[in-house]
Amino acid sequence: MLNLIRAIISRDLRLALRRRADLVSALFFFIIVVSLFPLGVGPEPELLRKLAPGVLWVAALLATLLSLPRLFADDHRDGTLEQLALAPQPLGLIVLGKVLAHWLVSGLPLTLLAPVLGIQFDLSGEALWVLAFSLLIGTPALSGIGAIGAALTLGVRGGGVLLSLLVLPLYIPVLIFGAGAVDAAVIGLGAQAHLSLLGAMMLGGVFFAPWPTAAALRIALE
Amino acid sequence: MGNKLINIYRFASPQAFYPLAGKMIPWFWTLAAIFGIAGLYIGFLVAPTDAQQGEGYRIIFLHVPASWLSMFIYLVMAFWAGLGLGFNFRLSGMMASALAPTGALFAFLSLWTGALWGKPMWGTWWVWDARLTSELILLFLYVGFIALQSSIDDPRRADKAGAILALVGVVNIPIIYFSVKWWNTLHQGSSVSLTKSPSMAVTMLWGMLLCALGCWMYSIAVALMRVRSIMLERERHTDWVRAELAEPGEHAGQE
Repeated sequence: MLNLIRAIISRDLRLALRRRADLVSALFFFIIVVSLFPLGVGPEPELLRKLAPGVLWVAALLATLLSLPRLFADDHRDGTLEQLALAPQPLGLIVLGKVLAHWLVSGLPLTLLAPVLGIQFDLSGEALWVLAFSLLIGTPALSGIGAIGAALTLGVRGGGVLLSLLVLPLYIPVLIFGAGAVDAAVIGLGAQAHLSLLGAMMLGGVFFAPWPTAAALRIALE
Repeated sequence: MGNKLINIYRFASPQAFYPLAGKMIPWFWTLAAIFGIAGLYIGFLVAPTDAQQGEGYRIIFLHVPASWLSMFIYLVMAFWAGLGLGFNFRLSGMMASALAPTGALFAFLSLWTGALWGKPMWGTWWVWDARLTSELILLFLYVGFIALQSSIDDPRRADKAGAILALVGVVNIPIIYFSVKWWNTLHQGSSVSLTKSPSMAVTMLWGMLLCALGCWMYSIAVALMRVRSIMLERERHTDWVRAELAEPGEHAGQE
């Protein structure tokens, strides 16, 4: 079982690393969106410090969304997905592997980049730690929930826009507690309650989301 | 008992359900009209003016039923969707897609009337209150469901994909509701409390309940009408639809 997941992850990682442009463009999208906000609202450090948690988290949601359509689309196009669905191993496990691989190429880089961008927003050292940690445990949930939307919109007209319409409302709890944790750290309250809930959501999302995703993939492959 | 079961399965087929729905629609319209008129009569002419809110409170006779139904219809929709996914009934998927627009309409009405009520009472069209926010998110979920279904051409796939989305949404609704609630209470002391229900005059309550029943019957009637059109559209290649559609024409020819 672990071998299967490991094989899927290493395969997806190898494919992603061969097309680095896709990976890098999502990251630059994140950087550009975050950098636009100070230009839009003005450079007062006081205001920026207040906006930072929300801006960084919303930008992270959008950057994740940008890379979601590719989660299954390439495999669907060249028929790999059908082979995976025919495999004797449960499709849910295969999806879990793909979700983890997606997190490694989208969520993890975002997590590593975010503190650097947080400095631009004049966040304190503690808030930067909380930001990085909240993204570390929050972005796997984004990949998991996003996989459901990616599977549902597989091969559908106007898939990209539709995907954001389906997935963004479901991201709201993650956004609330992720940005809330950083907010609490900025104000000086403890971020622990938010982080615990975020961790629960991550476990729930990563554990449960592969099964509806697998069901949606089977429907798409019919 | 055995007979009843057979009957239920019989009406799971569109061909058998189509005439039944046709017979039920006038009844539900009549009930909707009776309940609606009675509710509005009590609400606007009998119920006393509210001591604090004046006449403006009377919008709750539409606002509260709309909010209730927007939530209730989502559950019913998810129920039909799940039934369709589990048992592969053709009719269930049709019911789910017939209910979605009505649910979205009520969610929108609830927000709209809420804004109309909020302006004179709170002095603002919108506050980021937990209930308002979660109702808005419910509207987003309806919109996502409708958009997903309408962008898939194959109706069977559209039904199943919509069913998965509706079920995922149902699991998420409590999570979203509580997260919004905690977000709101953690951010600011709520300036306006919706949760504290005012002691309500009995006539007001009756008016509201009758209006809710009226809206409910209306939803059923409209959903049945919509499901009939969906049936005709999806089963247009079958003999019974051809016969159904040919009938009025033949009558016209004979006359």
